[in-house]
Amino acid sequence: MKTLEYIFQFLVFPGFLFSVIMGLATGWVDRKVTARLQWRAGPPWYQNFVDILKLLLYKETLIPQGVSRAVFLGMPIIAASAATLVSTMVLVINGAPQTGFIGDLIVIVYLMMIPAVAIMMGAFASANPLASLGASREMKLMLSYELPFILCLVVPIMKSGYAIRLGDIIASQSQGAWIIASPSGVISFCVMLMCVQAKLGFVPFDMPEAETEIMSGTCIEYSGKALAIFKISKAILLFIIPIFMITLYFGGIRLDFEGFVKNILQYVMILVLMIVIKDTNPRVRIDQAMRFFWGPVTVAAVFSAALAFLGR
Amino acid sequence: MGLKERILTKSIYAFHVSSGSCNNCDIEFLDCLTPRYDIERFGIVFAASIKHADVMICTGSTNRMCVPRIKMLYELMPKPGFVVAWGACGASRGIFKDSYNTGAPLDEVIPVDIYIPGCPPKPEAIIGGFVKLIQKINETGKKTK
Repeated sequence: MKTLEYIFQFLVFPGFLFSVIMGLATGWVDRKVTARLQWRAGPPWYQNFVDILKLLLYKETLIPQGVSRAVFLGMPIIAASAATLVSTMVLVINGAPQTGFIGDLIVIVYLMMIPAVAIMMGAFASANPLASLGASREMKLMLSYELPFILCLVVPIMKSGYAIRLGDIIASQSQGAWIIASPSGVISFCVMLMCVQAKLGFVPFDMPEAETEIMSGTCIEYSGKALAIFKISKAILLFIIPIFMITLYFGGIRLDFEGFVKNILQYVMILVLMIVIKDTNPRVRIDQAMRFFWGPVTVAAVFSAALAFLGR
Repeated sequence: MGLKERILTKSIYAFHVSSGSCNNCDIEFLDCLTPRYDIERFGIVFAASIKHADVMICTGSTNRMCVPRIKMLYELMPKPGFVVAWGACGASRGIFKDSYNTGAPLDEVIPVDIYIPGCPPKPEAIIGGFVKLIQKINETGKKTK
């Protein structure tokens, strides 16, 4: 019975189906807010669903000559399943904080890296010079943002009494104050926002798939169903990463009415903040991004960790 | 009008091929993305790679160097895909009709679905052309190319 429950949780709620629907709806919010910021009308609410259905149902899936089919077609599935696992774990632990295990935060951090690695492998497998250029940029970007990302995770861990269970972090915030209500929490949250921007491949850190420059780089050879599954995995990450940040800094999802309304407001705030950063910045070069992440951002992350160690 | 036509007409990713155009038509396409016309509200987006595209927009006079490349791009486009001949040059070679460099008009190289005339076509004409394309997808129905 337990197995069936896990399979249901993974595939339907709160796993694959729910996350995909919410992720595509979030993607529409992204497109609509972008359009309004540029003084345009923007697409209707069902636009992302139509795009995905078109790719899944009606478009051909082309495979380039001389390509390993297993790697080329397997990588989208790995990316989507890792993203689904992240969303299932974060949402289930938010629903029932006792269900986690020791070190689930570390597992989630590793699982969040897998979509980027899968995109990289798929791009290298697709036998296209622009795709491998995009993949090499993705690799450099990953090396640069993972360091501050993991450093700024130290703050919630220290603040909740050295807990590496997500459930313990939620529990410590439900008794005391939110982690963002402290100087170290604010700095760590800002650092996390920058890293998440790069993790999601948003402008200013979208060099791996720079459309105007290397023709959507990592995804250039993907079409039809494989492209749809890559888009689905990105949509799931777009949906789950703000919730992950709410879990770490705002005390997690509350199931009572007042708490849930606050959660929605926090979610919209984080999402709109990311979209506004995306829309008001130009794309930077990969060396600028690397200098940015290893310079000021890492220094800020170390500073926030030191503040947290001192108990601020 | 079945589900397939409904979905295909609501989400059009356009890829732009320039075969020796004077850049005028290309700028007019960018005008369609501006706040005044905003074709994204109909689900029409610029695709960066031909593998993501549903519609191939061909501008320019189809010169001899470009013919094999246009054919290759047409074969790379995932089907069902459609071709739009854009501007006077794309539709009929325009003033370059008797040039040594332009062997054949676009519709003798690859099958063309819709012609949008004009030098360059106005954004209104372009939106009108997309309406014609959507009507054509609805009419041809199950026929895939």
